[in-house]
Amino acid sequence: MTLARAVEVSRRYQTVRALDRVSMEIHAGELVGLLGPNGAGKSTLINLLTGLRRPTGGRVELCGGDPRDPASRRHLGVTPQETGLPPTLRVREVVDFVAAHYPDPIRRDELLDRFGLTELAKRQTGGLSGGQKRRLAVALAFVGRPRVVLLDEPTTGLDVQARRALWDGIRSFHVEGGAVLLSSHYLEEIEELAQRVVVLGGGRVLADDTVAAVRGMVGVRRVSLTVGELPPLPGVVGVKHVDGRTHVLTADSDAVVRALVTGGVDFSDLEVRPTSLEEAFLALTGDGGPAVDGGVPGEADGGPAGAGPKHAVAGADR
Amino acid sequence: MSLTLVHARYQLLETVRVPVAVIGSAFFPAASMLFFVVPFAGDDPVGATFATASMVTFAVMVSNLFQYGVGVAEDRAHPWDPYTRSLPVGPVPRFAGRIIAGLVMTFVSLIPVVLIAAIGTEATITVGGFLAGLGAILVIAVPFTLMGLAIGYGLPSKAALAVAQIVFFPMAFGGGLLSAPGNAPGFIETIAPYLPSRGAVELMWAAVGDFPVSTTSMIALVAWTVAMGALAAWGYRRDEGRRFS
Repeated sequence: MTLARAVEVSRRYQTVRALDRVSMEIHAGELVGLLGPNGAGKSTLINLLTGLRRPTGGRVELCGGDPRDPASRRHLGVTPQETGLPPTLRVREVVDFVAAHYPDPIRRDELLDRFGLTELAKRQTGGLSGGQKRRLAVALAFVGRPRVVLLDEPTTGLDVQARRALWDGIRSFHVEGGAVLLSSHYLEEIEELAQRVVVLGGGRVLADDTVAAVRGMVGVRRVSLTVGELPPLPGVVGVKHVDGRTHVLTADSDAVVRALVTGGVDFSDLEVRPTSLEEAFLALTGDGGPAVDGGVPGEADGGPAGAGPKHAVAGADR
Repeated sequence: MSLTLVHARYQLLETVRVPVAVIGSAFFPAASMLFFVVPFAGDDPVGATFATASMVTFAVMVSNLFQYGVGVAEDRAHPWDPYTRSLPVGPVPRFAGRIIAGLVMTFVSLIPVVLIAAIGTEATITVGGFLAGLGAILVIAVPFTLMGLAIGYGLPSKAALAVAQIVFFPMAFGGGLLSAPGNAPGFIETIAPYLPSRGAVELMWAAVGDFPVSTTSMIALVAWTVAMGALAAWGYRRDEGRRFS
């Protein structure tokens, strides 16, 4: 059963194209990761699926209806931004308030217990620590016994322990049959929880595949060097020249370095670095697309045409 | 309906948790009662009654302008507001809950004024007059609620606070709320009929005593109500379009 669906969805904000013909589905019981750099369109997609915004093109469905219709949201769970909790209300009051909107909410004690909030029940949310607020915010998504939960970067800014506790909460919901869409810009988090990953970049679906397949795609390293002519190298995904430096993107940096050395290439200042997700996907798609504001200077000018695993790159070639 | 009450209850809870906000809207009218009405008109039953009615109007105006003007503007800036839109309910209960909570707080802010009038002055009122006064309060709350909503939906929160403060003072003085009926300085008597505060206070005066309302003031009050309603609706639509379309 399809719980949430986007069909060729586009969304513009004035001149910015936040989403460009995105299609994806979440089925009952699935735990799907939504991965991508800042500005990739993750939050926009989630806002469309929760009915906060309307697509400018295409169609979104939630539990078989329009998410802008309140009845469609009865089986939906969403997390407020951590800063968005009413500071003067107590933890249990916030939970009761949300529970009042659902026909069969989970018992307050049970919910607080599951997210380790029992001892905080009487505290005003304004006095909670960042991690506690985040736990409460995530807990609110589960109040109405949802069938599908959309979590927008639920663990950003949490320490390792708090993050693991939240992961446990999400996992136990999933084990009981709930579907989850979890956005993140941490590959690790997605790997830990999800079976399927949808990768967004520049407003498009770059990949929609198993975690293992996507992991293979983004396990790309960058070998940078100052060099004249490059010989043919093994496993190269992309090459670009910036300010006299040559950057080689490759899935196997060891083989590249070996080939450089054994080939007697005259190079200097060799560096090997892991690439960011963004870099890897820019290389794979050969197009930066709009609205990419990641932190890689000089990289947004578009990489060379990719020779990546085409089977996994959906939507890149129109 | 029950969800509307839930929203109203939590709105009130949030307001009450910051008592300064409650004291704020009750303070000006109560202080004006103590400083102007009690010493100058306290011994005159008719004058004190009219003056109390003026202060009630003042309180209704202040609490609506600030509650809706500042409250709505702050909510719009707060991420909790869009979160509540993802709950399985339309925007109506939240809006209606806010109006109910606003009315409750308005009545709360009137309590000190009425108490001071009863204890510290010779103001008198019949039961019928009191009930008529309650009815008049509900009527005059409408234009000021709409004015507050227009400010709250039209402006960011800091600007909303400033504008609410700038608006209420000339409204109070210009409408003649701080003088006895027919006793305001000449230029105020000239402009007053065109301000909504005048129409509002005339309704209050007529409810609690013997006062013939002026046609000009009533027409102006209706015109202001319609204009503020249009402005509030425009602001609401524009805000929806910016944040939720």
